[in-house]
Amino acid sequence: MTVTQAAPPLATAPETLEAPARRKRSTNSRKWLEIALFAGPALIVFVAFVILPVALAAVYSLYNWNGLGPLDRFIGIANYQRALSDPLFLQAIGNNITIVVASILVQGPLAIAVALLLNRRLRGRGIIRALIFVPYVLAEVIAGLSWKLLLSPRGGVNALLEAVGLEHLTRPWLADPDIALWVMFGILTWKYLGFAILLMLAGLQGVPQELHEAAAIDGANWWQTQWRITLPLLGPTIRIWIFLSMIGSLQLFDMVWVTTKGGPVGATNTMAVYMIQYGQGQYGYGSAIAVILFVISLAVALVYQRFAMRRDLAGAVTSGVR
Amino acid sequence: MTTTTTAIKTRKPFDWARLWIYIVALTAIAVSVGPVAYIWIGGFRTTADINADPAGWPDPWSLDSYARVLTSERFWGSVFSSSLVAAGTTAGVVLLGVMAAFVIARYTFRGRGGLYALFAAGLMFPVTVAALPLSILLRDLGLHGTFLGLIIPQVAFALPTTIIILVPFLRAIPSELEEAASIDGASRIGFFWRIMLPLSGPGLITVGVLAFIASWNAYLLPLLLMAAGGMPQELWTLPLGVQQFSTQYSADTGAVLAYTSLSMIPALAFFLVAEKRIVGGLTGAVKG
Repeated sequence: MTVTQAAPPLATAPETLEAPARRKRSTNSRKWLEIALFAGPALIVFVAFVILPVALAAVYSLYNWNGLGPLDRFIGIANYQRALSDPLFLQAIGNNITIVVASILVQGPLAIAVALLLNRRLRGRGIIRALIFVPYVLAEVIAGLSWKLLLSPRGGVNALLEAVGLEHLTRPWLADPDIALWVMFGILTWKYLGFAILLMLAGLQGVPQELHEAAAIDGANWWQTQWRITLPLLGPTIRIWIFLSMIGSLQLFDMVWVTTKGGPVGATNTMAVYMIQYGQGQYGYGSAIAVILFVISLAVALVYQRFAMRRDLAGAVTSGVR
Repeated sequence: MTTTTTAIKTRKPFDWARLWIYIVALTAIAVSVGPVAYIWIGGFRTTADINADPAGWPDPWSLDSYARVLTSERFWGSVFSSSLVAAGTTAGVVLLGVMAAFVIARYTFRGRGGLYALFAAGLMFPVTVAALPLSILLRDLGLHGTFLGLIIPQVAFALPTTIIILVPFLRAIPSELEEAASIDGASRIGFFWRIMLPLSGPGLITVGVLAFIASWNAYLLPLLLMAAGGMPQELWTLPLGVQQFSTQYSADTGAVLAYTSLSMIPALAFFLVAEKRIVGGLTGAVKG
């Protein structure tokens, strides 16, 4: 780096007046050299370690392959047929979809409500925001292990219930197939609600105060103002949060892996957990699962972008942070 | 009745809305922090105490569990490993990212839009999908179970966000500066090192912080590339190490609680220091 920095030719300006044509060609090839030098490393790393593995997954998925030895037992779409006829995998897809829908329906309104309440001058606002954000900062693994300890039959939650006289509510939270998925959803809400609230608060900053004042002058009450002015203006933020939440829910792995490994009897299984459980050692089959997961995520993302985020996304991807 | 209302009005009207807000805020804080506090405080109790009463207060406060974790080699091995991997990932992604973003932001050439779209499409290629073939790829490259074999893929997967955040940042630097620099005889590369990099400091810090935290908290890739790749247990990153410790010593609840709470500290400390960057980066990156 220091070498490139070393010799900027400081007094070559007059030279530009001579031989413009030759110079143009040489600056042009120089430009391409610079482009290759600067974008090349990132492009190589990105293609080799992001694009290539995904492409390889598509290839492996057509073979019966244990990861060792030659890749020669081509079996066509048999891996896909096997996956899509395995009730356990179908249940995993169903669980992913349940979490996607529940997140949008529960976390969204909750986050908006809390953000609306907190969106004003408050003593200790900075501290409140920081503390609400704590679960999001923790690694999913560490949050998951903490909840596993809290929710174990002899853990903190049951002990607390006993202490306040609610013994009849105690149960093996993560080991009861009837409720395990909802308990998992509760943990995820705990982990990710803070992020949603912060996103909504950031979106609310963009709603001009004058509009609220104008509405107040026109005689609108607090509810009318929020419903007719704030929420519509918060639309882009809400739609982008929904997008992020959906993609995250479809990829869900860490939290489930450390708390339940998908159990009991598949009650909390997700596509990614199923993939790691069955894919190590059966790389062909695991790759087929990966491709299904990829196609579902991509389809959801594209459909959603097409219909819900047409106007928002251009701004989101192109303007970035200031 | 009338007298009371006027009396209240002449003093300060009691603001019920404000009371509600504080109730909501306190509830949100209690729910967010309560479980974390339980883990931390639980670490100060002995396993026997916890088994006797899982929800009790430490009596007496015992430093034994924390001391055992803090003097164990594997905890510090994990801290070292996590730091090394996160620092390597951050350095790699910031360097490669800013170079690629510079070209996309400040050069006009055929295929520029395509290059940007390719990186942006990376957002749709989740690490989960690539994980299994990636472990095979790294095995074939002889990098399975090495630090470099974890850092490089993490850099690759952090590139899309980094470039998407940095391109508009670099584009916003006024072109007059570039003209002035070129009149003074600086080449474009000279302009990049001497003017662009210093001016894009805040953007670089934001993407660096995001990459660092993502790497620090990562689990799936370390699981497949480190643990399955035969890296010795003492050098697993913290999330892997905590998970392993809690399985191996599940009977020693006090130690597991202490290990878990100590593992939270680095991320929390980092968050306190860089809160503005993290929040700004996360909300800004998606909001625009």
